[in-house]
Amino acid sequence: MLRSIWNHDLAWSFRRSPVTIAAAVLTLVCVGAAALSPWIAPQNPFDAAALDLNAAFKPPAWVPGGEGAFVLGTDNQGRDILSTIMHGARISLGVGLASVLFALILGVSLGLLSGYLGGRLDAIIMRIADVQLSFPAILIALLIDGVARVALPSDRHDDIAIPVLVLAIGLAGWVHYARTVRGSTMIEKEKEYVQAARVIGRRPLAIMLSHVLPNVMGPVLVIGTIHIATAIITEATLSFLGVGVPATRPSLGTLIRVGNEFLYSGEWWITVFPGVALVILVLSVNLLGDWLRDALNPKLR
Amino acid sequence: MHLLKLDSVSRDFDVSRPWLNRVLEGEPQRILRAVDHVSFEVSKGETLALVGESGCGKSTVARLIAGLYTPSEGRIEFRGRRLQMIFQDPYASLNPRWRVSKIIAEPMMFLERGKPVGELLTQVGLSPDDAQRYPHEFSGGQRQRISIARALAGEPELLICDEPTSALDVSVQAQILNLMAELQERLGLTYLFISHNLAVVSLIADRVGVMYFGRIVELASTSDLFARPRHPYTRMLLDAVPDLEMSGKPRTPVAGEVPNPLAPPSGCSFHPRCPHANPRCQVEVPRFSDGVACHAVEEGRL
Amino acid sequence: MMLEVQGLTVQFPTRRGTLTAVDSINFSIAPGEVLGVVGESGAGKSITGMAVIGLLEPPGRIAAGEVRLEGSRIDNLPHEALRKIRGRKIGVIFQDPLTSLNPLYTIGQQLEETILTHLPLDKTQARERALSLLREVGIPAPEARYGAYPHHFSGGMRQRVVIALALAAEPRLLIADEPTTALDVSIQAQIIALLKRLAGERGAAVMLITHDMGVIAETAQRVAVMYAGRIVEIGPVRDVIHSPRHPYTVGLMGSIPKVGTREKRLLQIDGAMPRLNAIPAGCAFNPRCPRRFARCLVERPDLLSAGASRAACWLHASS
Repeated sequence: MLRSIWNHDLAWSFRRSPVTIAAAVLTLVCVGAAALSPWIAPQNPFDAAALDLNAAFKPPAWVPGGEGAFVLGTDNQGRDILSTIMHGARISLGVGLASVLFALILGVSLGLLSGYLGGRLDAIIMRIADVQLSFPAILIALLIDGVARVALPSDRHDDIAIPVLVLAIGLAGWVHYARTVRGSTMIEKEKEYVQAARVIGRRPLAIMLSHVLPNVMGPVLVIGTIHIATAIITEATLSFLGVGVPATRPSLGTLIRVGNEFLYSGEWWITVFPGVALVILVLSVNLLGDWLRDALNPKLR
Repeated sequence: MHLLKLDSVSRDFDVSRPWLNRVLEGEPQRILRAVDHVSFEVSKGETLALVGESGCGKSTVARLIAGLYTPSEGRIEFRGRRLQMIFQDPYASLNPRWRVSKIIAEPMMFLERGKPVGELLTQVGLSPDDAQRYPHEFSGGQRQRISIARALAGEPELLICDEPTSALDVSVQAQILNLMAELQERLGLTYLFISHNLAVVSLIADRVGVMYFGRIVELASTSDLFARPRHPYTRMLLDAVPDLEMSGKPRTPVAGEVPNPLAPPSGCSFHPRCPHANPRCQVEVPRFSDGVACHAVEEGRL
Repeated sequence: MMLEVQGLTVQFPTRRGTLTAVDSINFSIAPGEVLGVVGESGAGKSITGMAVIGLLEPPGRIAAGEVRLEGSRIDNLPHEALRKIRGRKIGVIFQDPLTSLNPLYTIGQQLEETILTHLPLDKTQARERALSLLREVGIPAPEARYGAYPHHFSGGMRQRVVIALALAAEPRLLIADEPTTALDVSIQAQIIALLKRLAGERGAAVMLITHDMGVIAETAQRVAVMYAGRIVEIGPVRDVIHSPRHPYTVGLMGSIPKVGTREKRLLQIDGAMPRLNAIPAGCAFNPRCPRRFARCLVERPDLLSAGASRAACWLHASS
């Protein structure tokens, strides 16, 4: 079975592209480092007790004044930049994945229902989607975030900040999935295997989930991979603007914002390294998504 | 005692342009009558074929009986317990993501006890090992066999066959037709067979219904229909079949084209192309009696 | 001979090796003659047609053989030269009339364009010629329909326009690839008759590719039966149909249902045509042949004389 995966067209295309292999390796490294950060980061930067203010503003290890223990330097509170990046990436990735999952489930469900059942339901869902598309994602996220802040007492803010963020980014992104799935569903619905299932006596929900869904998921996977990159950037932007994750659990975006204040006083590493990390993470996910789309395309056609 | 009965069944489709366009351009609603007062009965164990060219409504009739559409008028009465359907396109009638075993087992969900998938596969001439494969690993003819196995898994009394061999090569078609005949004998099945191919129909059907423009214009036993076709359209169809025997017999030239279904001719829908049309044919829809719907036959002119 | 094909071999290099879609076939067509090329899907008949006119889709290519039109080779010509010949001396009719015509131009424009490209006429003369062509193919009131677009016509009418287009430059050779398959049976008969008449009148050679033996019986004088990229039988239509010499042809003819026979079962050939990557050694048909013997498994038969036809079958070896 492993051999059949290795010999499969997809794997063959993967093996042929060094860029893709590099991207995949990079993604794996980033994701691995981020996911395992509580265990493998040199320092836990959010444990106030472990911090030593004397270690603040240390430059990267290769610059005179740096220390080996703090490879990429420290910030204004003595936190090791490498560790903050790893933890921050964890938050960024976590929020990115969760919001994409949310958008995917919501979008695919609505797309399936819309495409298969048609009629009024389809019209309503598509009109909502159209309206939503006229708002940029950041705006929607800001809106939802703002509403949440007003509606909830301020001491609960930090607790629910991340779920609200996931909700906001997810709601900003479901339409793409819904539209794609709706189109594919409308095509599959007319195919004879679906009609055969109807003649056999399967109910619409069963047909949608067991027959149609597996056949429309292809493009969804591609959109999802690329969406992860977008979601991470959206979260970074929101955090940079101060309306994303709370300061106690900074993501890469927060780190960039916080570090920005020190850019002009010479401590460039506090903002630059988180920025570079973000770029690497997003780039590698994007490249992977690009390859996936191209590799799946002939089959989709 | 009939297993299936259609009583003056009609089916309309609304093919109007979108509401907004209609309002802006002042267009009326457009209704397409795909099936027009079709009545017939099918007895247990027989094979009734519905034959006609594209757009005549035969596939719509099949779908009406299968329950994929509901009749706009009329009644469909099925006295059996279960019916199944096999379709024309062997490539689209099997879910490409499902294994063959799952595909064939699906109808058995609704039975108390089904047969083993391996047995069903052997019955249609495939190997039980094929159960683990996916549809794309099979040829067109083999996929049709899988479709047949799936249909049989549901233990139907009536099998609706919508052009099951039209997409197959002629030698593969022969295999499938032989298989279907054999299964009918062995399992006592009743077939409703839709086709545009008169030669195939002459082989497997007991009775044949000829459809034109949504109506049945002639219905007779196979031997009667091919030996003594009565309706002018039936005659035209038979004449148009390429002559493999090369007997060199003279053929009446075929006239005209099928009219636009949205603007059906008045009276008898065949009158613009009929060499025997008279003024009555242009006004009055012929009544179906004694197996044919034609004024000329009724008046003894033919 | 208008068209002579000798030793034509078409191959497709793929990741997993080279596939041979057409394996060393020979045939010729005389002026005014209709040669039917019949076979089931995968037999290579369409590819043969495409190879003759140089429209093979890459990576497919002619690996060996010669194609001669009116005595001169056309298979080795550069693109430009072949393109000129294609429009002027060879007309093509494809299966699907909807995609053969450009939906953005009127049929008048398309006819005129073809005529002006290949014949030394001015615009008025071209229009006259186009109108007379439309009349010849049986389009009623051609002046009125001259400015109409392809989608305004029904399937049968469109195919007539396609035929008019193919004949526009007075070709010497017509290749028709399944010209009636997408049409209803009553329209099919009209188109077959039309094709036959026009080809005969102009003395053009016609290569009629189809899977439908009935169409061949109505239209062609000679027929070549293809199987797995080879011609297994070739001869006068009457002989091949009524007394086939190759076991495949026998099976093929027996599996065609005919109106009026009282036989309840059709003859069937068990198995299926081999895939291109699994063509048996010796005679390609041998695994399915009820009359095979030792020689068939090892040696590929040439076309041997058998009555009025020729069949690639060791049963007809004289020794």
